Amino acid sequence: MDLTEFNIVKTLELLEKRKFSSEELVKESLNYIKSLDPKIKAFLYVNEELALTLAKQADEKRKKREGGKLLGIPISIKDNICIKGLPTTCASKILQNFIAPYSAEVCERLSREGAIFIGKTNMDEFAMGSSTENSGFFPTHNPWDLERVPGGSSGGSAAAVASRMGLGSLGSDTGGSIRQPAAFCGVVGMKPTYGLVSRFGLVAFASSLDQIGPIATTVEDTAYLLQIIAGYDPKDSTSAPIEIPDYVKFIKENEKTSYKIGLPKEYFESEIDLEITKILMELIEKLKKRHKIIEISLPHTEYAVATYYIIAPAEASSNLARYDGVKYGFRAEAKNLIEMYKKTRAYGFGKEVKRRIMLGTYALSAGYYDAFYLKASKVRTLILQDFLNAFKEIDLILTPVTPTPPFKIGEKIFDPLQMYLSDIFTIPVNLAGVPGISVPVGLTSNNLPVGIQVIGPHFKDELVLSLAYQIEKELDLKLIPPIVNKS
Amino acid sequence: MAISIEEVYKIAHLCRLELDEKEAQIFSNELSRILDYFKKLQLLDTEKIPPTFHTLRIKTPFREDEPKVFPYIEDILKNAPQLYEKMILVPRVVKIK
Repeated sequence: MDLTEFNIVKTLELLEKRKFSSEELVKESLNYIKSLDPKIKAFLYVNEELALTLAKQADEKRKKREGGKLLGIPISIKDNICIKGLPTTCASKILQNFIAPYSAEVCERLSREGAIFIGKTNMDEFAMGSSTENSGFFPTHNPWDLERVPGGSSGGSAAAVASRMGLGSLGSDTGGSIRQPAAFCGVVGMKPTYGLVSRFGLVAFASSLDQIGPIATTVEDTAYLLQIIAGYDPKDSTSAPIEIPDYVKFIKENEKTSYKIGLPKEYFESEIDLEITKILMELIEKLKKRHKIIEISLPHTEYAVATYYIIAPAEASSNLARYDGVKYGFRAEAKNLIEMYKKTRAYGFGKEVKRRIMLGTYALSAGYYDAFYLKASKVRTLILQDFLNAFKEIDLILTPVTPTPPFKIGEKIFDPLQMYLSDIFTIPVNLAGVPGISVPVGLTSNNLPVGIQVIGPHFKDELVLSLAYQIEKELDLKLIPPIVNKS
Repeated sequence: MAISIEEVYKIAHLCRLELDEKEAQIFSNELSRILDYFKKLQLLDTEKIPPTFHTLRIKTPFREDEPKVFPYIEDILKNAPQLYEKMILVPRVVKIK
């Protein structure tokens, strides 16, 4: 069975026609993991036994015509999203032995539709990073070039989907953590509008920015997964009580719809790799046949990275106060409680997590709150207004996802500020809460994937998917990392 | 904007992190450099701009304060580092005279 020929929607048809069973499919996915993952290292936990049992049950259900929109489909889940009874470590030593006592709402919804969780994927510790090098256990390698990073923080999920170790995945995106690794690995990754998908059961990093979203090999699969996980959940107080449109139907009905698209000059005028610019410009020329494309301005773009790296660490320093060795997770031996807290956190957290907790604590501390946290929150208003003003004139925005192709493992890890600046095009989307997607648009001369980002107005996720679908149709690429074909 | 080693230790205490001297020195350098980069925000006049703490236009939803059965108590206790019956043990917090 050649899994590079399949995506979720097509596989469901083939399962329905009994071309193969879910057991065969899951077995083959596990074989891909066995042969590829020792090199790629996308998984922290492979759910082999349970996945096979569930696959057999899915085949039984299919025989009885009992269904589910994902019946028998193997999916991986980022290791900061809880599945009851399985480890949830956030790639941190502090949660090394933590077993999730309940499932995230998104996992409940996938389970209800018959999805099979094949494993938990590697990530930057507590989702803090852009390369998956900050995992407390091991880095993940880019399937297109094992010496390069897969991006982050959902690097394990993107690398797994790119190598067909599972047909789709869920990641989380706080500053680009779904879109950037999707671009680096040549897959589709979407950060939905803030409030569209429940975060109940997602380990919190920066609560005003975190959002769960799908990663898949096609835009249709991405829309299909979003359909299942989107929608109101009373267990998440930021969940928006809105009607969810039929995303798949929408993208198909609007395959030829013309949109008014803005290209923000601040993005295209910044330092971008020449090959990326060339690939994007060629695509934009093609899109001009159907769409009206104009230059726009998002004037506060250059302040986004500084704003984000105050707000996100401030929220993180508060959210991560719960890891104190008392109720769960690692506990260090100590004579008294304060010493236990300090030793537990010193051993349990990695360098980047400590750096951000320190930064956030500083930005919130007496005497600095106004200058840093409050100031950043005001600049956030300006960044949000940039988007609101732009969307008065246009339907959608197109931008690069990353300023460079995937960089080498070790290239930026010793320079935190350089690493932070690699998220320059994805961060503003989280600060504004709008939806964004990364779609693969080609390969560089070094055979490294390049993505484009589509950004839309709040709760117009269907528009974002629609243009992404049109781009995918226009280019008609099939991106399979060579390592997958060789094995 | 330089952050002194003393300040680094003060922040580390606030967020309950034990640091050795070498780490404190590294944090002092790194945080100083990052905070320098943040200075660019001071160039913007934000006096009349209200802050944004989240982007949703919904209010905090309220619900009736009704007791519900929580089914995962055992699962939660299994994750505790040290248990005594159904209680989680921690190092002594009160001083003995």
